[in-house]
Amino acid sequence: MRLPPVPGEWLDRSVDVSFSFEGKTYRGHAGDTISSALLAADAGILGRSFKYHRPRSVLSMANHDVNAVCQWGDRPNVRADVTRLQAGMDLAAVNTFGGLKSDKASVLGSLSRFLPVGFYYKSFHTKRLFPMWERLFRTLTGLGKVSFNTPHIRTAKRYGFCDVLVIGAGPSGLAAALAAAEQGAEVVVVDENARAGGSGGYVRGGFGPQAEQLADDPLTRVLAHPGVRLMTETYAAGYYADHWVALVGGDVLTKMRTKSVVVASGAYEQPAVFRNNDLPGIMLASAAQRLIYRYAVRPMQQAVVLTANQDGYRAALDLAAHGVEIVAVLDLRLSSTASEPELAVKARGIPVLPGHHIVEALPGANGKSVVGAIVAGRGKMRTLACDGILMSIGWAPAANLLYQAGTRMRYEQSLEQFVPDTLPPGVFACGRVNGVHTLSARRLDGQRAGSAAAAHAGFGDARVITVPAEMECPTHPWPIVAHPKGKNFVDFDEDLQLKDFENAVQEGFDNIELLKRFSTVGMGPSQGKHSNMNALRILARLTGREPQQVGTTTARPFFHPVPMSLLGGRGFSPERRTPLHARHEALGAQWMMASVWQRPEHYRLTDKDRQQCIREEAMAVRQNVGLIDVGTLGKLEVIGPQAAELLERVYISKYANLKVGMTRYAVMCDESGVVIDDGVVGRLAEDHFYFTTTTSGAATIYRELSRLNTMWRLDCGIVNHTGAFAAVNLAGPKSRALLSRLTSLDLSATAFPYLALREGVVAGIPARLMRVGFVGEWGYEIHVPANQGATLWDALMAAGKAFALRPFGVEAQRLLRLEKGHIIIGQDTDGLTNPFDVGLEWALKMDKPFFVGQRSLHVIGRQPRKQKLVGFVLDAQFNGSAPQECHLVIDCGEIAGRVTSIAWSPTLGCHIGLAFVRPELAETGTAIAIRLTDRSTVSATVARTPFYDPDNLKQKEPA
Amino acid sequence: MPWRLLRFATTKKHPEPRMFTEHAELKPSYDVVIIGGGGHGLAAAYYLGRDHGITNVAVLEKGYIGGGNTGRNTTIIRSNYLTPEGVKFYDESVNLWQDLSQEFDLNLFYANRGHFTLAHTDSALRTMRWRAEVNKHYGVDSEVVGPDFVKRAAPMINLSCGHAPILGALYHAPGSIARHDAVAWGYGRGADMRGAEIHQQTEVLGIDVRGGKVCGVQTSRGYIATDKVLCAVAGFTPRILDMVDIKTPITIHPLQAMVSEPLKPWLDPILVSGSLHIYVSQSARGELVMGASLDPYELHSTRSTLDFVEGLSAHMLDMFPFLSHVKVMRQWAGMADMTPDFAPIMGKTPIEGFYLDAGWGTWGFKATPVCGKTMAHTIATDTPHPLINGFSLDRFRNYSLTGEKGAASVGH
Ligand SMILES: Cc1cc2nc3c(=O)[nH]c(=O)nc-3n(C[C@H](O)[C@H](O)[C@H](O)COP(=O)(O)OP(=O)(O)OC[C@H]3O[C@@H](n4cnc5c(N)ncnc54)[C@H](O)[C@@H]3O)c2cc1C
Repeated sequence: MRLPPVPGEWLDRSVDVSFSFEGKTYRGHAGDTISSALLAADAGILGRSFKYHRPRSVLSMANHDVNAVCQWGDRPNVRADVTRLQAGMDLAAVNTFGGLKSDKASVLGSLSRFLPVGFYYKSFHTKRLFPMWERLFRTLTGLGKVSFNTPHIRTAKRYGFCDVLVIGAGPSGLAAALAAAEQGAEVVVVDENARAGGSGGYVRGGFGPQAEQLADDPLTRVLAHPGVRLMTETYAAGYYADHWVALVGGDVLTKMRTKSVVVASGAYEQPAVFRNNDLPGIMLASAAQRLIYRYAVRPMQQAVVLTANQDGYRAALDLAAHGVEIVAVLDLRLSSTASEPELAVKARGIPVLPGHHIVEALPGANGKSVVGAIVAGRGKMRTLACDGILMSIGWAPAANLLYQAGTRMRYEQSLEQFVPDTLPPGVFACGRVNGVHTLSARRLDGQRAGSAAAAHAGFGDARVITVPAEMECPTHPWPIVAHPKGKNFVDFDEDLQLKDFENAVQEGFDNIELLKRFSTVGMGPSQGKHSNMNALRILARLTGREPQQVGTTTARPFFHPVPMSLLGGRGFSPERRTPLHARHEALGAQWMMASVWQRPEHYRLTDKDRQQCIREEAMAVRQNVGLIDVGTLGKLEVIGPQAAELLERVYISKYANLKVGMTRYAVMCDESGVVIDDGVVGRLAEDHFYFTTTTSGAATIYRELSRLNTMWRLDCGIVNHTGAFAAVNLAGPKSRALLSRLTSLDLSATAFPYLALREGVVAGIPARLMRVGFVGEWGYEIHVPANQGATLWDALMAAGKAFALRPFGVEAQRLLRLEKGHIIIGQDTDGLTNPFDVGLEWALKMDKPFFVGQRSLHVIGRQPRKQKLVGFVLDAQFNGSAPQECHLVIDCGEIAGRVTSIAWSPTLGCHIGLAFVRPELAETGTAIAIRLTDRSTVSATVARTPFYDPDNLKQKEPA
Repeated sequence: MPWRLLRFATTKKHPEPRMFTEHAELKPSYDVVIIGGGGHGLAAAYYLGRDHGITNVAVLEKGYIGGGNTGRNTTIIRSNYLTPEGVKFYDESVNLWQDLSQEFDLNLFYANRGHFTLAHTDSALRTMRWRAEVNKHYGVDSEVVGPDFVKRAAPMINLSCGHAPILGALYHAPGSIARHDAVAWGYGRGADMRGAEIHQQTEVLGIDVRGGKVCGVQTSRGYIATDKVLCAVAGFTPRILDMVDIKTPITIHPLQAMVSEPLKPWLDPILVSGSLHIYVSQSARGELVMGASLDPYELHSTRSTLDFVEGLSAHMLDMFPFLSHVKVMRQWAGMADMTPDFAPIMGKTPIEGFYLDAGWGTWGFKATPVCGKTMAHTIATDTPHPLINGFSLDRFRNYSLTGEKGAASVGH
C-alpha cells in the first residue's frame, strides 16, 4: 500500500507511470522500481522460485531479489527490485508455466521429497533416456528468454581516471570521499542506488536520534566539494589488477584507473532460516525500510520482527512510525542489551520477546502470503498472527571486490563476521564491510580510510583516527532453525533447504568449495549474497569447525551481472582495406578475407562464371599482362650498421653478401625449424634493407623481429611500413613495354635484371620496383606511398589498355604460382613443416654462424625424411570431380599424405597440384591415389615442378 | 519420474553414504602415489583399481578434488583432431565417455549436442577438410558442411558475423558437453570404492629421487614412501617437475571463461569460431558457457581480466547480435599447461617410477577417461600404452612432434 508522502522519498508523485505486469495494467510513480510499484498496488506475488516454483516476493530491494525477475519485452532477467519503472513497460515473471498466478510447475514443490540435493546426479542417466530428461531439465531451468530480434546494441565505453575511487556512497563512503578530497585528491564516488546516502537514508529508527544525526549529512558537503564526483546508479562490477575497476552505470562501461580504492560497499543483511521463510511478506528488515523511505510503500499491516541486534529494533520503529502494527519483536539473544532503540521500542508498548525464534511461518490458504508465525522461546511455543515478518539477524560483508583485489579476510568472533585482515597496497575498506556498524563509528572509519587512501595516492598524510569498537555484536552466529518438514530455505536463488546441506555433507561434500559445487549454493544469479554466509555456518556446525577454518569460496567478477552490450562496447574486429579498395570495387571485385584484409578473389564479369573469370585473368598474365594489388604484404624496413646481421639471424639464407640493388627470397623458421614465413629481402644500401612478409604474418613478424632486435641489442632499427605503402605486381610478357611508358628507368635486362631492386619514378610517383617472378612471368612489384597508390593504379590501367592489361585476383595468382611450383606458406606448409620437407634446401645456409631454427635443423637434417612436398598431375583426359585441397593421399589403406594445392591449369590443359607424400612415393612418375570426400579415389602421377617454364626462360631477355 | 527417486521419499534418513571415505592419516607407504586430484589423477586411480587390481594408491590433492582445471573448464568433448595419434586417442576417450554415467551410476550430464567449428576463411575451410578426412579415415564422424547446414542447426546465427562471413564448418556429430565436477566425483567415488585413498588438502612439497629412481614424496602432512609416482597436476606441472629436475617445453598461460545468467534453452549445438576466437554452448542450467583463446602471455596465476570479457562479448555479439541484453554473471581463469605442438606429454620419464600426464593445455577435459586408462596401464606395466606413443616426452628431443595446433588452438 502506498503511504502518504514520506520525507526524502525517491518518488516524483506528479508523474504517473503506467505499465503492465502479467497482463494486468498498473500505475506507479516516476522513481518507483518495478517491485515497489507492484507492492504499492498490492499486486500480489512477484515471481516464482527456481526449483519448486514457490510464490515469492520482495526479499532485499537491493538487487538480490532473484525470485522477482521479469521478462521485459526482449530483455530477459530484469531485476524487479531495482529496475526503475518506465512508462509502457510490458512485464511478465520469468520461468513460469502458464502464468505467475497458477504456475503449473509449482507441482514440483510437492515432489520435493523426491528431489533432494543433487538428485539429478542420482538418476536420469540411462543412455537411452538421458536425452529426453535433458530436454525436460533444460525446459525447466533457465530464467528469461532471449529474443532473436534484439538488435546488436553498440555502446560507447569511457576511460576514467581518479586519485581515489570510493565504492559505496553510504555514511562511511561519503565520509571517506570527503576526507580524501579535503586532502586534495580527486575523488570519484560510485553507488548503485539512484541516490547517494546508503543506509543513512532508510535506517532512521522512526523519528529517533538517528534522524537527527542525519541532519548534518555529509552528502550535502560531498556534493558541494569540487574535488568529488558522484556517480549514482553505477556499480563497481569488478576489480582488476592495478586498481582497474569496471564501473557499470546508465548504458556505459567506465574503465576507471585509480591510484587507490576505498571499498565502502556495506553489508548484505542476512535472512534467517526457518520453515517457510520464503513466503511473500517475509523480507529483510532493510527491504521494508527501503520500501518505506524510498518508495513510500507500506509493506505490511502487522509485522513480526525477528532480530538479534539494534537494527531490528530500529526497523520496528521505522515501521511503527508508518502505521504498521508491530505484533512483537523476537530477539534471538537471551537477554536485553538495553540499547536505545530497544528501549524506544519498549516505550511504545511493543512486546519484546528475548530468547525467541521463529519455528515456522504460516502460509495463507493459497500459499501466497504469510498469515502468522509459530514462535518458540523460554520453553514455550505460540502462534502470532501477522501478514509480514522482518528478518534482521545480522550482516555479511559485501566484500566481493575486496576478495577480487586479493584481500585476506578473517572471521572476527566478536562481530560474527568476516573482516579484512590484510589489504593489498592501495586498497582500503571502511564501514560495515570493515566490521564497523554503528553510524557514528562508520563515519569515523570512513574518514580514516579516505585519509589513508588520499595519502597513498600522494595527497597529505594519513590521519590517525581511532574508531571505537562495536558495543554489541551485530550478527547472530546461528540464525538457523531446523524443522522436520523442511522448506527452511538457505538459498532462495536455488531453492536449497537446510537438509540439503546436511545431506550433501553426509555424502562427503564437506569442504566449502565442494559443498558449493554439489549443492549449487551461491551459484545462482545473486551469487550467494544472501546464502553463502549461512551455508558456511551450517557447514562449520556440521563438521565441528569454526567459520574461520571453513573459509569462504572465491568471489569472482561480476558483482552484479553485466549486459554483453556494455562489455562488447562498439565491437572492434579490425578489417583492413588497401588504398586500392575502391578501384577493385568499381571493377567488380569478389571479395575474400585474407587474414584481416579484404582482397579481390577475382573480378566478376556479367556473362562468365567464377572459374571462367579466374582462368581468363590467369591467361591474360601468361599472354599479355596483368595487374594485382599486393599491398597486403607485410612491408618492413631495417636500417643501421647491423641491419644485415639481423636478417642473417632471422632468415635461413644469407643476406650479408646480397648486393645493393638486388633482392633475395627469404624464408623464416621458428626455433624448432618449422617454416613460418617467407618474403623477399631487397638491399637499398649497405645498411638499409626493404623486405616483405606474408599478408597474415606481417604483424607477428614485425613484433617478433622487434623482440629479437631488443634482446640481441643490435645496432639497427625496424620500421613497419605495411600500411604506409601501396604495392602492385605488374606481370606478363608485355609488362616491360607497358611500364616503359610510365617511367624513365632503364628497363633493359642488363640495367634492371631479374631479382633487381630499383628506386625510380613511375607515373610521376617515387617508387621502389622489384623484378620478381612469383607468377612465373616477367614482372615488376611496384611499391609507392599509400596515398599515391590509386594514382599509380589508374596510370597503369590507362597505359595498359593498349596491351590488353587485366587486373587479376588472388585466385588467378594462386593458379599462376602453382603452375610455377611456388609454395604458399600456410597452405603448402603446416605447423610442423621444415625446409627439407618442401624442397627449400637450396635456400638453407647451414654454414652461417647462427640463425633462428638452425640448431633444430641440424638435428632434423640428419634424420630420415618423413614427408616430401611433390608436384602431381591428373591425366589430361580426367573429367570426373577433381580432388580438393586437403584430400588425403592413401597408400595400402593408410594415410600417406595430403593434397595442399590443386587447380586446373589452362596453360597445361590438365589438373596440377602439390601434395605431401611419404618419401617413398616422391619419385617423379609414381602413381598416387587421392581419396575424395565420397571415398572414391582418383589416381595422379607425381610430376616435376615447376610445371610451367621449368628453365625460367621467361625471366631472360628473349633471344 | 524415475523410480529410484522414490527411496529418497520413503526413507527417513538420507539414504546416501559418503562418496569419498575420510582418511585421518596418511599411510607410511603406497604402491602408487598420484599427485593431483583433478579428473586425470582420479581417473588413473580408478583404472589402476578396476583394470589392474592396484588399490594401495593415494591421490594427493593440495586443495579439493576437481578444484583445478577440471572444475574450471568449459567441458567440450570431441574427437575431431588432426593427427592420427590424436584422433585415435580422443576417439577412445569419447567411447569411454558414452558409458561413464552408467558405469559410475552417477549422472554426468553427458549431453551429445553436436559440435561445429566455423570457418570464416578459405584457409580455415581447408584445415577443416583435412581434419574431416583424417577423422573419417579412423572412423570418426566428421564432415565439412556449408553455411546452410550451420543455419539449420543454429537458425538464429548471424552468418555474416560482423564482416567475417561463415563459409562453412566442420561438423562433428559426437561433440558433447558434461558436468565437470561430477566427473571428478564419479572417478573419485569409483577409486575410493576400490580402495584408493583420496587425501585432500595435502600438498606435495618434494619428491625423493635416489639413484634415478623414485623412493617417496614429501607432503605437507609428512613423508610417504613409494616407488611409483604419477604427476597429473596440469597448470602446476612446471613446479612439480622442478622438484625432479625434468625439463619440458611446457609453458603456463591463463585460459579464461565466462557464463551468462540462466536463459531458457535456445542453443543446442556447441559452436566454435577460430576467427572470432570464441566458443559457446548452453548448459543444462541454461547458462551460456563461453570461452576464447589463451591469454597471450605466460603467467602462473588464475586472475581474471577485463579485456577478456570485453573482447569475448564483442565477438559473441558479432555472431549472436540478439544477446545484447543478456548479462554475464561470472568470469574465471585456469592455468593451461601448453606444449609447442598442442599435444600432451604422457608416459615414462628419465626418472624410474616417475610418470607424467601433462601438457593438457586447453583441451584435456575430454581426455580424462582415456588418460586415466592409459596412464593406469603405463604405471601398472611400466610400459607406455600403445595409444600414447605419439605423446612421449622424447618427441621434443627427437623432433617428432605431433602437430595438433590446427585442431586444438581455439577449439579446446
Ligand atoms: C577455462 C578453461 C576451459 C577449458 N575448456 C576445455 C574444454 O572445453 N574441453 C577440454 O577438453 N578441456 C578444456 N580445458 C582443459 C582441461 O580443463 C584440463 O586440461 C583438464 O581439466 C586437466 O585435468 P587434470 O586432472 O590434469 O588437472 P586439474 O584438474 O588441474 O588437476 C590438477 C590438480 O593438481 C593439484 N595440485 C597441483 N599441485 C599440487 C601439489 N603440489 N600437490 C598436490 N596437488 C597438487 C591441483 O590443486 C589440481 O586440483 C579447459 C581449461 C580451462 C582452464
